[in-house]
Amino acid sequence: MAKLKSFTNGIFRENPVLVLMIGLCPLLAVSSSAINALGMGVAASFVLIFSNAMISFCRRIVPEDIRIPVFIIIIATFVTITDYVMAAYFPPLHRALGVFVPLIVVNCIILGRAEAFAYRNSVMDSLLDGIGMSLGFTLVIVTIGIIREVLGNGTIFGSGAFISQPALIMILPPGAFMTIGFLMGILNWWKGRKK
Amino acid sequence: MEGLSLFGIFFSALLINNILLIRFIALCSFFGVSRQMDVSLGMSMAVIFVMTISSAVTWVLYHFLLLPLNLVFLKITIFILVIASLVQLEELFMKKYIYNLYRALGIYLPLVTTNCAILAVAFLHVDYNFGFIQTTVYSLGVSLGYTVAIMLFTGIRIRLEIAPIPEPLKGYPVAFFVAALMSLAFLGFKGLFGL
Repeated sequence: MAKLKSFTNGIFRENPVLVLMIGLCPLLAVSSSAINALGMGVAASFVLIFSNAMISFCRRIVPEDIRIPVFIIIIATFVTITDYVMAAYFPPLHRALGVFVPLIVVNCIILGRAEAFAYRNSVMDSLLDGIGMSLGFTLVIVTIGIIREVLGNGTIFGSGAFISQPALIMILPPGAFMTIGFLMGILNWWKGRKK
Repeated sequence: MEGLSLFGIFFSALLINNILLIRFIALCSFFGVSRQMDVSLGMSMAVIFVMTISSAVTWVLYHFLLLPLNLVFLKITIFILVIASLVQLEELFMKKYIYNLYRALGIYLPLVTTNCAILAVAFLHVDYNFGFIQTTVYSLGVSLGYTVAIMLFTGIRIRLEIAPIPEPLKGYPVAFFVAALMSLAFLGFKGLFGL
């Protein structure tokens, strides 16, 4: 039961983006199309899950005083792997995500989970926590990606045509701010209604 | 971006590709520290200071150490460690020699380490293949652009505190709408100077 909780925590109750308000930069920057958003979600998930497991695995041999630099090196290693794998196998996606792939290293979600969870819990729990958190992040980023792509380009994952006259502004930078503002407003309204 | 004059690089970084509103980098600090004027001023000063120095240092490291030794794949790890330790060094140096500046910026310096704009500029000047002077001008433009955007945003957010806003939209959602409108305004700079 406790295991299940460390898994679902990240998806709903402690959703890193909508509740904890961290990891905003990639969320807004690469969500102009659903496919880019999915790519970013998968890349960040890979780094988050494996660095969580790795940090938890090493937690007994890492001294408390230098834990942050050690975390950063572990995370940076996984980010480098992601960067090069992406450049080799998915060059168009790598170009579209650009500087946001190396920037995963300073994504607050990953360092935050390392510090708050993986350093204190077993490998299995950290793995589950990593998967839950990454699902939470990926769900939100793909949702925003789909909303922006449908409204701004009229397509989903590059196919179909739902709207005859799409509003270009949704795939430009202002659209990203607007979409997340609306999503949060709706979420707040929903929460307030239940009380 | 290649082949631009220094003037072009500066204004493109300052207005046209504003790091906060158009490129979506360092948004955590954009929403996090923009509640009071003096706080956001202190943060921007620290960003200007650290970004200019750290991008110069990372340029030298990249071109005289990583490239000749074929260690480009270590770029991400090296850059983040260098920037983190550089901030510590600058803090020590300022504490000893420029105490007034240290008093003014002291508490913001550790925060700057986690500001992804600093790391982003380090990766971007490598991507754009800038020379040393270009890198310095570019980082100055980016950090001034950060200052302009965050100061304007803080000014508006202070007014929002007393504005009548529907309950679910209070706090972050309305801040996102403001950011959307500002970003729309900054989109208007596109095409300025024929860039």
